[in-house]
Amino acid sequence: MYQLHSVTQTYERRGNVVTALNNCTLSIPDNSFIAIVGPSGSGKTTLLSILGGMMAPSSGSVSMNGQSLYDLSIDQRTRLRGGKIGFVFQSFNLVAWLSARENVQIPLMLSGKSAHLQRERALELLDRVGLSDRADHLPSELSQGQQQRVALARTLANDPEVILADEPTGNLDSDTRQQVMSYLAEFHEDGRTIVMVTHDAETAAFARRTIRLVEGVTQEVVCTKAA
Amino acid sequence: MNLRLMIWKELWQRPTPMLTSLLAVTLGVTAMVAIQNITVFSERKIAGDMESLGANVLVLPPAVTLQDYYSADMHGHTMPEEYVSRLALARMPGVENLAPKLCVESDVDLIPVTVTGILPQSEFEAKAAWQGLGLISPVGTDRGCCETKANVGAATDDPNSLATSRTIQKLGDRDVILGRDLAAQLGASVGDALPVLGESFTVLTVLPPTGTIDDSRMFAHLHSVQDLSGAGPVVNVIEIMACCEDAAGSLITNLSTELPDTRIITIAQVVETQVAVNGLMSRLSWVFLSILLLVGGASIASVMYANVTERRKEIGTLMALGASRSFVTKMFLGKATLLGLAGGLGGFVVGTIVAAVLGPQLLGIHVQPLPQLLAVGTIAATVVAVAASFLPARRAAGLDPCLVFNDA
Repeated sequence: MYQLHSVTQTYERRGNVVTALNNCTLSIPDNSFIAIVGPSGSGKTTLLSILGGMMAPSSGSVSMNGQSLYDLSIDQRTRLRGGKIGFVFQSFNLVAWLSARENVQIPLMLSGKSAHLQRERALELLDRVGLSDRADHLPSELSQGQQQRVALARTLANDPEVILADEPTGNLDSDTRQQVMSYLAEFHEDGRTIVMVTHDAETAAFARRTIRLVEGVTQEVVCTKAA
Repeated sequence: MNLRLMIWKELWQRPTPMLTSLLAVTLGVTAMVAIQNITVFSERKIAGDMESLGANVLVLPPAVTLQDYYSADMHGHTMPEEYVSRLALARMPGVENLAPKLCVESDVDLIPVTVTGILPQSEFEAKAAWQGLGLISPVGTDRGCCETKANVGAATDDPNSLATSRTIQKLGDRDVILGRDLAAQLGASVGDALPVLGESFTVLTVLPPTGTIDDSRMFAHLHSVQDLSGAGPVVNVIEIMACCEDAAGSLITNLSTELPDTRIITIAQVVETQVAVNGLMSRLSWVFLSILLLVGGASIASVMYANVTERRKEIGTLMALGASRSFVTKMFLGKATLLGLAGGLGGFVVGTIVAAVLGPQLLGIHVQPLPQLLAVGTIAATVVAVAASFLPARRAAGLDPCLVFNDA
């Protein structure tokens, strides 16, 4: 799925150069379920941004399915993201003024699906996450767990090959966390690749593989066990 | 769901700042529409008045300063009546009719009245016959000229033609014609006898209302007024019904040559001031529109920038989900277009209502919606709103989608 070769990402902050990723080489095969763990500022989000085609590394190469990601134009990467990559965010990032169904419709609309198809697919996905009865509710009318489930449904809208999740359970209580991770595990079982950034060991335990990032350097954690 | 629906829903999610920013644009269009509306209908009224007046050239004593067409004979200055004969005999091209007038103040049963002496057309015919000129038309040329209400009305014997054509065919020595207001004030009607200037006069007719000073006047034969008032063979003004094209051309020069000791004024000069005021108002409306559109544009730009800042995470999320930069740009420019259209339409509606309310009160005119102002207003407002939102929209499209992540 992904091949990262000698990827380095540096930022300049007030005259100081900060290294977010340091000569990182990583291979992420198809249908992986990877947890990326590490302390704050270790470069986890930078890695996720690079994998999402949203941040060109300072050096090194990133390829997805054999295609060099950053040789594509911005618009090509945008289209790639809309069709093949799904995102799950810690704070759900639902559009507050759209209903649950309309939120799920967004990726479908952006990929040019008809209104009828959008509606059918959105209802089908909401049904899959157990929220078919909340389709017309605004995010503010839903609990945190329900909001994250709407976000999961939205992630699946265009049937992505890979899901990039940024602290997907960070804002959830224990029970809801289990529920959300069960859905992610289910999506993985569907054949999707999941790359998940998390601080939480219990959440990371759902992954099949764990990579620790410390000061921009990746370290494979060998003893990861499936939940 | 589509882009339009998203724009519409988002707009109603945060309507207050946008509608507030739109206020200046709407006010600009309102001012433009109201003033232009009043100006256009005022000009139409003037044009209509000019047409209905018939007399479009005035010959006045040289010392007279003209303030109002209808009171052109109310200045106390006189000139010899002989000027009328000179003009009639000169047969100048373009002169269709002459209407000399002399005004004197009198009273009827202690009610003050302005008695206006007028010369009926029959007097000109008699004079032409007496001088053996054998004219088909008593004055002017018979070459055929523009047909006006004056020369059409002059052909009838109806005394009411005075109200529209400023001339009358026949008028007896002891006949008077009353304006509508004066007749009501005197309680007089057709056939009544009224004591005027020490003699008894019979009311020949009561004129239909004209909305002018003529409504409060009494008209009698010029020579009767001259004799009874002791003014002698003089007049205050000679109204000339002239062909429009001649009045604008050589006629004035010819009149000045014929009557060098007079002041020649065209009706165009009389209404020039009003037309100039209208022109000034029209130009001012564009200035108001420009200023308010600039203020509105700045306001919209400011609110749009704030909107972009407020929606950074939302925009980043959309971009992460596959929204292109052009989609984001369209989202903001589409919103601006909607606001501009609303501002233009709102301004047009409010401006037309303002004009409809103020027009009759300020200028006595009735206005109607002018569709061309709707087009101008909406286009101007939309262009300003879109132009003002262009940079904020580009800023939104240039946002880094990485900001959607938790610690970004």
